[in-house]
Amino acid sequence: MAAEALVELENVHFARGPRMVLAGIDMRVPQGAIVSLMGASGGGKTTLLNLMAGTLMPRSGRVRVAREDLRTLSFDGMYRLRRRMGMLFQHSALFTDSSVFENVAFPLRRHFRWGEDILRKLVLMKLEAVGLRGAAGLMPAELSGGMGRRVALARAMVMDPMLIFYDEPFTGLDPISVGIIATLIRRLNDALGATSIVVSHDVRETFSIADYGYILAGGRIIAEGTPEALQASDSDLARQFLGGQPDGPVPFHYPAHEDYATALGGSVVAGEGI
Amino acid sequence: MEKRAIDWWVGIFVLLGIAALVVLALRVGNLSGFAYNDGYVLHADFSDVGGLKVRSPVKLGGVTIGEVTRIGMDPKTFMAHVTMRIEPKVKLPTDTGASIYTAGLLGEQYVAIQPGGMPQDLKPGGTITMTQSAVNLDQLIGQMVFNKASGSK
Amino acid sequence: MAFLDFVPNLGRRVSLMVLNLGTATRFLLWSLVAVINRHFSMQQLFKQVYGFGVRSLLLMMVAALFTGMVLGFQGYYALVRFGATSALGTLVALSLLRELGPVLTALLFAGRAGSALTAEIGSMKATEQLSAMEMMAVNLFAWVVAPRLWAGIIVVPVLCAIFDLVGVFGGYLISVPVLGVDGGTFWAQMQSNVTFSGDILTGLFKALCFGLVVTWIAAWQGYAARPTAEGVGNATTRSVVTASLAVLGLDFILTALLFT
Repeated sequence: MAAEALVELENVHFARGPRMVLAGIDMRVPQGAIVSLMGASGGGKTTLLNLMAGTLMPRSGRVRVAREDLRTLSFDGMYRLRRRMGMLFQHSALFTDSSVFENVAFPLRRHFRWGEDILRKLVLMKLEAVGLRGAAGLMPAELSGGMGRRVALARAMVMDPMLIFYDEPFTGLDPISVGIIATLIRRLNDALGATSIVVSHDVRETFSIADYGYILAGGRIIAEGTPEALQASDSDLARQFLGGQPDGPVPFHYPAHEDYATALGGSVVAGEGI
Repeated sequence: MEKRAIDWWVGIFVLLGIAALVVLALRVGNLSGFAYNDGYVLHADFSDVGGLKVRSPVKLGGVTIGEVTRIGMDPKTFMAHVTMRIEPKVKLPTDTGASIYTAGLLGEQYVAIQPGGMPQDLKPGGTITMTQSAVNLDQLIGQMVFNKASGSK
Repeated sequence: MAFLDFVPNLGRRVSLMVLNLGTATRFLLWSLVAVINRHFSMQQLFKQVYGFGVRSLLLMMVAALFTGMVLGFQGYYALVRFGATSALGTLVALSLLRELGPVLTALLFAGRAGSALTAEIGSMKATEQLSAMEMMAVNLFAWVVAPRLWAGIIVVPVLCAIFDLVGVFGGYLISVPVLGVDGGTFWAQMQSNVTFSGDILTGLFKALCFGLVVTWIAAWQGYAARPTAEGVGNATTRSVVTASLAVLGLDFILTALLFT
């Protein structure tokens, strides 16, 4: 962790109404690394990603990206910063009424007044990088889930961002597509000299590409370290999550007000429940 | 859809809207005096114009040939002074008469022209001298009641 | 029990409504001024004018023709009892220009274009397309909302002018050839009682206000929809209902202001 930190979180708290989602998060994402953010569903991973992207603001604490405090950043400053960020969304979020080519070209068309020629070259280059140059003329509805994710990836990096967020990049894909996406994340990160933050609950695939990992549970970071260190962690919570055990510190049962026997009614003798 | 095609359709759409507005203005709204802009002016003095208004029609044999453009008061004669604009192709003899009639029992009032027989025509800016004022319905009913009352005596 | 809950909930509901109105107003102002943003595109505006206007044109014309014809019939049977059928042209024209044209155009627009707009923005939100744009540093208000809002403001008065004209023509078709009212009287009476600025332009001004309100409500409902299939469906229904009620309510206020 010698490299300079691109993203830094200090004691970040976030709440939705009365419900505390994040309670005191400290994180440091070094430049050039792939950092994974894991945890059970509903553990606040996506919220944390939104805080780093500046689409949500923390209740307290500080989020710094490229040495800029997001809270003090102006509207324009935020937009300038976002032009150097890319995000791969869980459901790809392709624009359904434009072709694959136009989807990838969209950020370029909005931010630059380039000729059609140079635009075409750049878009095809990015599509080639994800192996879908041949699909440039297709509409998003004609793509498989894995292909859609790759197009979205090409769109996320078409502006050559310094920071790329991946929100559940492996969810809902077949094993081949998962392998392709994982390889692409690693390759593109190194080729672009970017920094990546991968939110996932896919332990094996994530660990195969990540340099460093954080495990999130109940709004706190319960473990951090390199994949090897995390695997060897003696924290019960981390072991449960990484080992995929159904019961443990994260209980199998959602908390109930009354015990099982009472809930089924007086006629049922305790222990008789099916 | 292609950019040019969209521009064409939007162009047609906006043109349709403007055309609709123009037709509404001319055909339905009779945008002030537009239709009789090239007509000539005639004057007529009445002792009572009743409910006649600016832009009331001027008719000859039931056909609209012009409209009232101004209603004023002559301070010397205490007559209502009506200015009309008449279609240029309608030439009226000098002994033409003008009356104020009501369309139907409750309808609006208009200027009815009774053409005369003189060989000379009224010149633009001329005055119609033979005029008959608006029939005052209240007065008429009052008179009728009075006549009945005096007749039965 | 449920009824008793209603009373303490009332205050909360009202304050929530006021808050919503405030947020929606901020949304409207942001979108209106976004025309000066660099992400605003004429091309997008034209696309929306095409989508809202050209594609509702046939619907509007058919609706207007029938409205005018019904007005002709009803007006005739109401007036013939007083021997005042000469006023039929005036009746048809004034009803259309002042009330039915703007209001029916706006209601049809809310059903045809407003609902589609809510569903479009709502599903863009549900599929994270809006978030994706924001992450690509593209101003949503300038790129998505402003072209639609301005298209609504432009399109509804144009549709209303066409509606008025076709409606008057429909009234003429029934009055003169079918019911035998004198054609000359029909037009002459209309012309002498309809004023350009007082009746035609104020009617179109009404339509402009309705266009703004309907597109505002539709866009806002889509933007604020819960990002699920059910949420978008509910938002679409709410969009049409709210917009229709808003048009009728606003019509009352505008009529009181403009025609007195």
